[in-house]
Formats: sequence, C-alpha cells, structure tokens
Amino acid sequence: MGDLRAYAALLGGQFRSVTSYRASFVVELFSSAGATALDVVTVVVLFGAAVEVGGFTLAEALMMTGIAASGFVLGDLAVGSVERIKLYVRTGMLDAVLVRPLGVLPQLVLMDFPLRKALRLVFGTSVIGVAIALNDVDWTPARVLLMVVAPIAAGVYFGAIFVISATLSFWWVESGEIGNGFTYGGRDFTSYPITVYSGWFRGLFAYGLGFGFVAYQPGLALLGRPDPLGLPGWAGYSSPLVALLAAGIAAVVWRVGVRHYRSTGS
Amino acid sequence: MDGIGASVLVVSPNRPSRASVTTFRALVWSGFRRYATYRQATVAGMFTNIVFGFLRCYVLLAVAGGAAGGMAAGYDPTQLATYVWVGQGLLNVVGIWGWTDLSDRIRTGDIAADLLRPVPPVTAYLAADLGRATHGMLARFIPPVIVGLIFFPLAVPARWQTVPLFALSVILAVIGSFACRFLVNATAYWLQDARGPIMLWTLGSGVLTGLYFPLRLFPDWAVAVLWLGTPLPGLLQTPLDVAAERDSPALQAGLVALQAVWAVIMLALARLVQHRAERKLVLQGG
Repeated sequence: MGDLRAYAALLGGQFRSVTSYRASFVVELFSSAGATALDVVTVVVLFGAAVEVGGFTLAEALMMTGIAASGFVLGDLAVGSVERIKLYVRTGMLDAVLVRPLGVLPQLVLMDFPLRKALRLVFGTSVIGVAIALNDVDWTPARVLLMVVAPIAAGVYFGAIFVISATLSFWWVESGEIGNGFTYGGRDFTSYPITVYSGWFRGLFAYGLGFGFVAYQPGLALLGRPDPLGLPGWAGYSSPLVALLAAGIAAVVWRVGVRHYRSTGS
Repeated sequence: MDGIGASVLVVSPNRPSRASVTTFRALVWSGFRRYATYRQATVAGMFTNIVFGFLRCYVLLAVAGGAAGGMAAGYDPTQLATYVWVGQGLLNVVGIWGWTDLSDRIRTGDIAADLLRPVPPVTAYLAADLGRATHGMLARFIPPVIVGLIFFPLAVPARWQTVPLFALSVILAVIGSFACRFLVNATAYWLQDARGPIMLWTLGSGVLTGLYFPLRLFPDWAVAVLWLGTPLPGLLQTPLDVAAERDSPALQAGLVALQAVWAVIMLALARLVQHRAERKLVLQGG
C-alpha cells in the first residue's frame, strides 16, 4: 500500500505541474494530437496518389493505421518517457532513482508521465472507428474481441520496444537516436500494410522483430482477408502472444541493464 | 590559426572587411568542431536516418507501383528513390529539427553575453550554423546516399547543371532553414518559453518542407501557395527536386531563384526581429 501511495504522489505531482501552466498544457495537448493526425494525413495523401498501395485500398489500410496509431499512443503514454533514461544515465541522476525503495521503471515512468499525449488516444481510436465504418466487417465474437484486444496488444508491444530501446543507453550512453529507428520507425512501419515493403527489410522488421503482428495481421483478420504473404488466418489472433513475448524479453533486458549500470563516477 | 584566439583581432587598415571575414570564418569553424566532437551520436543518428530511408522509400515506391503509369506526382520510381535517400542525407545538413540554442539562451539569460559581443547575434549564429551544416554534409549526407545506391536503383543526374545547382540550392536551404529556426526560437524573447512554437514548427516543417512525401502529391493550388507563399519548400523540396531532376532546367533554375528570394526575406526578417527584441530588452533593463 505504501508503495502505491508513493506512486500516486509522483503522478499527482505531474498532474499539479501541468495544471499550474494551463495555457502551455493546452498548446502541448493539441500539438501532440496534431502529430498523430499528421501521421494519418500522410497515409491519406499517399493513398490519394494511387488506386491501391501494396494491394490494399485506403479503407483497408486505415484499419492497420488505426491499430498502429492507437497502440503506439498507448505504449508511448504508458512508458514512452523511459526515453529520458539517456539523460539520467549520462548525468548520474539514475542514482537518486535507484536508492529509493521503489521500482526503477515505475518511478521513471511516473516522474515524467506525458499527460499532454492523452488527446492522441482519442484520435488513434477514432481512426479505428472510421476504418470499421468504411469496411464491411463480418462481425463474429472472435472479431469483436480482437478489435478490443489488438490495440491493447499493440500498446504492450510498443511499450516493450520503448523499454528495450531505452535499455541500450546502459551500455552505450551516446546511443542517441538509435532507439527512434525502432520506436518511431516501428510506428511508421506498422502504419502501412507490410506488402509495401520487401526483401530482407520486411523479413527483419515484420517477422524478425515481430512488427508484422502488431497491426497488419490483426487488421487482415478483422477484414477477413487472406494474407497475400501466406500466413494462416489465425496469425492475426496471435498478436497478444507476440506482445506478451516482447514484454517478457523487455523485462529481462531491463533487469540486466539496470544491473549493468555503474553510475558516472563523478 | 592566426587571429582566431580570444585576443583582439589584427585589422588591416588596407582591407577593413578582413576582421569580419576572419571572425566569420572562426565562428564557422567552431560550429563545425562542436558537431564533430560527438562522433558516436553522429553514427547513431545516421543509423536512424537510414532506417527511415528504407521505410519512406518502400512506401513511396509502392505508391508509384499502385498509380497509373507507375508514376507518383510526376516522379518515376528511380526519381522517388533519389528523392528519399538524398532527403535522408540532407535532413541533418539543413537541420530543420532540434535547434533550441537561441531560445535556451534567452530563457536562461545567457543571451546577455551574446549581445555584448561585437558580432550581431544573427551573423554569429548563422556562421555557427554554416559550420554545423558543413559537418553534416561530410558526415551525414554521404552515408544514406550510398546505402540508397546499394539497395535501390537511384536516378543519377544526367545534366551537367544539376550538380552546381544542387550545391547552390543546399546552401540556400541551410540559410533559409537557419532563418526560420532563428525566428521560431526568437519568440522566446516575448514568450520566455518557446516550446509551443518549436513544437508547432517541428510538426509543420516535417510535412510542409517535403520530408515525409514530395509536396507535389498535394493538389496543384496548394503546391503553388506553399511554394510562392512560404519559405518551407525551399528547405528540402527544392534541392531534392533539383537532385531528382524532376523539372526542366529552366524551371529548376527558377525554383532555386525563388528559394534565394525567400532565404533573403527570412534572413532580413530574422535581423529585424532580433533588432526589435534588443530594443525591448534595453527598455526592460533600463
């Protein structure tokens, strides 16, 4: 209970700080939602120049874009602030986090909880809504369940990617933007049907790293389309398993990373 | 390195502009060295540029593949690949994102030290930014272009004018980008914290400079408004169109001239805003 109260205090502090600079918070809230909107606008503009992209229409692709956007926002909202660990490791501020009798990851997450990104979630889920309205989905109980679970699983998956990318800075302090290639790069990758990509690049991102199971496979299952790349229909329903696997790997990597931390020595 | 130390510069009575040229050169060099220091961060940033290069290239090629005649917005697939990979290389030369030096210094009050210097702030920051861009050209431009050449068929320039015009266009893009960033940062003179304007700039500039996709995918009237009414296409789209040889030589030269006009306007605006801000600061301090 004591732990929970401490976490609540950290979150409460964040809440108080944003409510004391209200104008600034509102600007950030809307610009942050604008970023997600622009990603979707990009998809719409690109599909506007072609009849089909990678064998999919805009309506079909929006199903994947919606799941990807909602999932990314969930993961980013929940643990995205772990990106700041680079700063904590470089300056040695992580010491202060380690000596407190609380979990390291929850502290880092709550110390900079990005409330300004909340509006993005509304936008992400509304894209799924639009996609459902545009496509003629053949509803079954399994599909209804998948529609709810897929964005959450995508959120867990992106959260795992955020944590794994951030852990890199325990070994390589100057790792800088490398993590962005997988977090924001992963978001861009999953926003389109993976038939768009090809060769080893698709193999690596879609199947090697598992990004294909975040939005593409569940999207196909919701649309009732067979996979042009040959995976069976149940692959779409495996997205929660892939997400849990990623979360498990992230937990292990994080623990190894924290043990490896040796402060700055200053 | 004569005349570059902290001591007073030796001014030749015969050539009065010599001191300012030497100072400018010293500031460019310092900007170059500052960015050359973080070698690991350069490698990390390059990796990310390349990942995004693959993503953007595949998506645009798929768009061209799904469009009538295999052309998207008048670019054939090899031109699109050139557009993407040269764009990934130029992103950190032009440097539209991540520059908050000026607004940070305004917020902390360090700007007072800049105002005491004999070099006007716009000139000093421009010099440092040209140094940063030179480093970007050597360290950040070439690797993505080579990766693009290895994995995708790129359109290689066929006209002799393309190379000098591209070089000129890149220099103008750096100056235009610097002036825009200076203005966005300078809002901190009035707002104290420029985070809001910087966020809006980051959002708008990614799309409206042509980084995410070529601007010609927009309707024609929007393209005309953007090109004539804003400096933004001049920051990436113009040099990339020159490199991909999207237009006839005459039109390309015209677009670069338009880019030059906008670079001059924005730089003049930056000087004007800085001047107004200085008067305001003096009033406050007085």
